[in-house]
Amino acid sequence: MKRALFIATALLAYTGCLQAQSSDSTIYTYDTLKTANGEQIFHAICQGCHMPDAKGATGAGSYPALAGNPKLASPQYMAAVVLFGRHDMPSFEMKPSTHRSFFRDAMLTDEQIADVVNYVRTHFGNHYTHSITAADVAAMHPQTTAPTPPSH
Amino acid sequence: MTRRDLLRLIGLSAGGAAMYQAMSRLGFAAESPYQGTPLLHGAPRGTSVVILGAGLAGMVAAYELRQAGYKVQILEYNHRPGGRNWTLRGGDTYTELGGYTQHCQFDRGLYINPGPWRIPYHHRGLLDYCKKLNVPLEPFVQVNHNAYLHNSKAFDGKPQRFRTINADYRGHIAELLAKATQQSKLDTQITKEDQELLLDSLRQWGALDKNYAYVSGPGASNRRGYAKPPGGGLSAKPVDSQPLQLHDVLNSHLWEGLTDGENFEFQTTLLQPVGGMGRIGEAFGRQLEGVIHYSAKVTAIHQDDQGVTVSYVDARRPGHTSTAQADWCICTIPLSILSQIPMNVSAAMSDAIGAVPYAASVKVGLQFKRRFWEEDDDIYGGVTATDLPINTISYPSCDFNRKGKGVLLGMYAYGLNAYEFTALTPEERVRKAVEYGAQIHPQYKQEFENGVAVAWHRSPFTMGCFAAWSEELRAKHYENLCQIDGRIALAGEHASYLPAWQEGAVTSALDVITRLHQRVVAGGAA
Repeated sequence: MKRALFIATALLAYTGCLQAQSSDSTIYTYDTLKTANGEQIFHAICQGCHMPDAKGATGAGSYPALAGNPKLASPQYMAAVVLFGRHDMPSFEMKPSTHRSFFRDAMLTDEQIADVVNYVRTHFGNHYTHSITAADVAAMHPQTTAPTPPSH
Repeated sequence: MTRRDLLRLIGLSAGGAAMYQAMSRLGFAAESPYQGTPLLHGAPRGTSVVILGAGLAGMVAAYELRQAGYKVQILEYNHRPGGRNWTLRGGDTYTELGGYTQHCQFDRGLYINPGPWRIPYHHRGLLDYCKKLNVPLEPFVQVNHNAYLHNSKAFDGKPQRFRTINADYRGHIAELLAKATQQSKLDTQITKEDQELLLDSLRQWGALDKNYAYVSGPGASNRRGYAKPPGGGLSAKPVDSQPLQLHDVLNSHLWEGLTDGENFEFQTTLLQPVGGMGRIGEAFGRQLEGVIHYSAKVTAIHQDDQGVTVSYVDARRPGHTSTAQADWCICTIPLSILSQIPMNVSAAMSDAIGAVPYAASVKVGLQFKRRFWEEDDDIYGGVTATDLPINTISYPSCDFNRKGKGVLLGMYAYGLNAYEFTALTPEERVRKAVEYGAQIHPQYKQEFENGVAVAWHRSPFTMGCFAAWSEELRAKHYENLCQIDGRIALAGEHASYLPAWQEGAVTSALDVITRLHQRVVAGGAA
């Protein structure tokens, strides 16, 4: 099944008509997630909390809007939040899983983090012109060497 | 003979391990830190406590403190008691963040527990409150040998019975180990006498034949099932089944699903409240009628020499901030939300509150026109594990063999898949659960009627499922989180070593009220 989905994903991406927000949303596996670009990552993961229109939501607490949020002026800040998490938001840093848990952490490459930051900063009414690169994100890791992805 | 004498005797004759086992059984070396109801004597008259959150932690604290003579009030965001102790039934309406509203259309008597759904037998605190509050329990089936293990990439995607994988995995391993023993490959490891015993035990454990081989025959069929099971009458003779090859069993990775039920928290016996987990929260709510102020969103928590002032907005009076005052405050608000609420506590506690990410989880309940898993597949309760994004199908542990409709748990996703299902609309989650589940139970397509989906990061009252502590975070922040800071103390599953379990909430609340009471009796805030 997962293989079938992977093929379907590849085909859709190839024909250029993949719309993660369509009624037939792709469900990624830990392996196929590596193929996702910034737009796809936003719709597969980020919008769960920040909402499909990036306007956030409020209940007993709030998920911040990513549309029109002045904090987006700093792509480094955004990348840091995605890398290391903030409050209840988990970290998406590519790191060896150390803690024993019944679920695996979802992890994004530096390139994917840069891509999703750049996507958000140029959509939802955001019009920032300077972008962030994978190398910029790589430089933000605590260790100086690029982290190696965990074995599967 | 006293219990102590008995223990000493067991200890002398059978060694420490047996002693520990016996102690556990007699309730001495209990696994849960639960010590019974704390005895809180001598509370100064009129001492008041404001409790934030009417989940299990908040209501346990309120229940006990009120009995001890404290003046207690609870502020609760929802319009119902229970928090994550919650059951969705037909007629219920649930609106998640983003404004997506679901109207549960289950038939009368059918339900799904979006949050906790099983109670291990050693969660003694929670079980004790079920007894006190007259919440009837029934068995929760975790391991069902006739449920499925499923890997979409093995056996052409055809689900395998837990029973056959379990029997074949064990049988082949027993045979291999028996061979190694017979070929004298263990001679340096164990004595000849022990080798004889080992062979005997392997024959029994693996259902091996007289030659220590795992082959088709009555022994193997009795474990893995028959090609044609025995019956009565003329054509009743059973036909043995054919074991799978070891290579196929190993290559399928289905052995990964064999040990879940052997983990401490999933060992038989597990229990569930009759009628849904939410019965516990509802029972507490009745006990605490008049104590709980519902629909109150806490906006600020402030303490000074005189006491604690909590600001809140009642959803029925939007735009108007009210305050509640008390000598002390027990705050059970999840850290996901508390990290956003202004509160003057120490920097160390504040850092702890802001440091813990929340795990994602999604559950989907599906109603079907008939209980086909029982009628067609002989599955009564238990869990099917799959590599599909739905992760789990669980069959109801109630109303067995009843005619008519049934509701099963059609998805229990966590990790990456939980993020992804959270990002979909509730309708899409239900549709995906039906699509994926139909790969295991083709009956889904004909029999599906309706469903509800709860993604915990979209829950307005928790914004996440549970506190996902890592060992590093625990080392750095846990003790700071659990301190009494002036007049404020925290409780909840997040303040426990039992994350996501209701027992964590119960024992954390009992621990905090015991310490708080000591401080009150000793003369007030530090």
